[in-house]
Amino acid sequence: MLEIAIKGSKKYWIWLGTLLTVMAVAFALYIDQFMNGLMITGMSRDVSWGFYIANFTFLVGVAAGGVMVVIPYYLHDYEKFHRITILGEFLAVASLIMCLMFIVADLGQPVRMLNVLLYPTPNSMLFWDMCVLNGYLFLNIVIGWKVLEAERNQVKPPSWTKPLIYLSIPFAIGIHTVTAYLYCGLPGRGFWLTAILAPRFLASAFAAGPSFLILLCYLVRKFTKFDPGWEAIQTLSKIVCYALIANVFFFFCEVFVVFYSKLPGHMSHIKYLFFGLHGHGALVPWMWTSMILMFTGIVLLIVPAFRNNETLLPFTCIMIFIGTWIDKSLGMISGGFVPNPLHHVTEYIPTVQEIVISLGVLATGLLILTVLFKLAATVKEEVRG
Amino acid sequence: MINKGENFLSKSNRRGFLKAAGISAVAIGAAPAIKAVSAVASGGEATNLPVKTAKIEALTAKRWGMVIDTSKITDEVVESVVAACRNTHNIPDFDHKPDEKKYPNIRPAKKMQEIEWIWEEHYHNAFPEMEDEFLADKFKSLPFLVTCNHCKNAPCVQACPTKATFKREDGIVIMDFHRCIGCRFCMAACPYGSRSFNFRDARPFIEKINPEFPVRSKGVVEKCNLCAERLERGLQPACVEASEGAIVVGDLEDPESEVRAILKENYAIRRKQELGTEPSVYYIM
Repeated sequence: MLEIAIKGSKKYWIWLGTLLTVMAVAFALYIDQFMNGLMITGMSRDVSWGFYIANFTFLVGVAAGGVMVVIPYYLHDYEKFHRITILGEFLAVASLIMCLMFIVADLGQPVRMLNVLLYPTPNSMLFWDMCVLNGYLFLNIVIGWKVLEAERNQVKPPSWTKPLIYLSIPFAIGIHTVTAYLYCGLPGRGFWLTAILAPRFLASAFAAGPSFLILLCYLVRKFTKFDPGWEAIQTLSKIVCYALIANVFFFFCEVFVVFYSKLPGHMSHIKYLFFGLHGHGALVPWMWTSMILMFTGIVLLIVPAFRNNETLLPFTCIMIFIGTWIDKSLGMISGGFVPNPLHHVTEYIPTVQEIVISLGVLATGLLILTVLFKLAATVKEEVRG
Repeated sequence: MINKGENFLSKSNRRGFLKAAGISAVAIGAAPAIKAVSAVASGGEATNLPVKTAKIEALTAKRWGMVIDTSKITDEVVESVVAACRNTHNIPDFDHKPDEKKYPNIRPAKKMQEIEWIWEEHYHNAFPEMEDEFLADKFKSLPFLVTCNHCKNAPCVQACPTKATFKREDGIVIMDFHRCIGCRFCMAACPYGSRSFNFRDARPFIEKINPEFPVRSKGVVEKCNLCAERLERGLQPACVEASEGAIVVGDLEDPESEVRAILKENYAIRRKQELGTEPSVYYIM
């Protein structure tokens, strides 16, 4: 089936070439990081996780978001999603590979990463995160591949894929729950120390993932002969709407608890993010942008006239995607570290090198996504044609 | 894969180390002590090794603890304590100008990426929950020394995915620098900001390397180890020696110990007690 990927139009190859160029530049800069250490980043003693872990966290959400097409299709036999289920699964695959790459980019001693397997430590949430992320990746590769292959051969997918599909549902919830547990179980970090964190992560994931999927559906329709179907997109946009409302609602629950109880250790982080603290407020414009984007997104999805507008919808999705990205990557990580446990304010601003390395990871993910989506679209064209 | 940073010593000092090691091996005349020291470095359970030799009596405890008498901490004491710790453990000083010949084209160090094992803080930073607008003036300006608390319930130990950070039977929370993958989960977990990450090779910023303690490679986390390597050799921690009586370490579980005697007589507080981490460092107010 992979042979499909090496046959493509000129545009296809230019796109892949562009991605490969970004990857090459980023790799060169990563080599410098590998040789000289994480000194090249904007991270510090106080803000010890930065852009890499932020993007990792967000992309775990995008990966988990794939389950929002799997559940309706496989559990509720929602036929409209038949065509896009494979897209959701392949999006999860690409996102998870990016997640793992971001983790490796963030390690101080990447050559030792197998120590996590050599000395398995069940009391560490990172150990479980590794288990569920790799498990979910494996499940999606197997399921996506087998189901697509069956479709190509116009037979039913092997029966053993069914239990794997059902298993992938709790795994999707699991990856994002455990990722939230990385943060919310730490006693000294008031911003993360809240039981709403995992539900909030999931809500924002189910907004970000499907809104990205809608954008991908538009692209697939534009560049291939395969049409994912307007009705499927419509349903997805409703899912995004509910999830986004839940995300904002959970955030306000947190804001209420923190500011009504007036616990200083919990208030200071949100104050820093939205108003600045002791004269430091690098993230203030970002956080308000995020809020405005998410609120506008909600309005544009609730009102049917806006939601059903085929020209407007992709822009709505872009807004939501950016809004949730700021909320969950920039804000969620920096917000937890600033102020530090001793109430010092050290701000975090990623370096250019750090950003380019991150772009390299994103380019790799997009490359994988392009190839996988090309496979899916071509097979669907073949079958119909 | 050979990791350059893993080199125990820089070349220029290796000879010095071998000499020192040779002499001490002769002096001790016994392998167990060396084994014990190397076990500490590699993260083994050094406490269980037979370290009793004729010449060296290791200092041991059921649970090590520290008492800091805040009234005895002056700016001079702080300075000498921090310097003693730095020199003992090869902690880089980012204000130190690297030797141009030995380390050409060194990129400038970022102060915010520095490494601290024990350092000075104000009261309201060391005890942020106890901030009080009517706090006695003397406390507002008093220098406080903060370090790893060697918590009974250490969040960093719980967070570490490779057991590179672990708790010894004697209560010391210690690290295996060779196992650490540099994920920095422990840094997020520590509620005291006591951990530092080697964002870069430390060597150019160490004025004089102490051959008796490893220089860490880039990419690993580190923190106070309560001078476990010195306790093994019957020596008090470097900070205690330099503190002019302001810092005392001892066995918290032993009712006859000096630390317990001090705690019996004085009102002492611990940092962020409400978190339940059970710090082993006490501050006499």
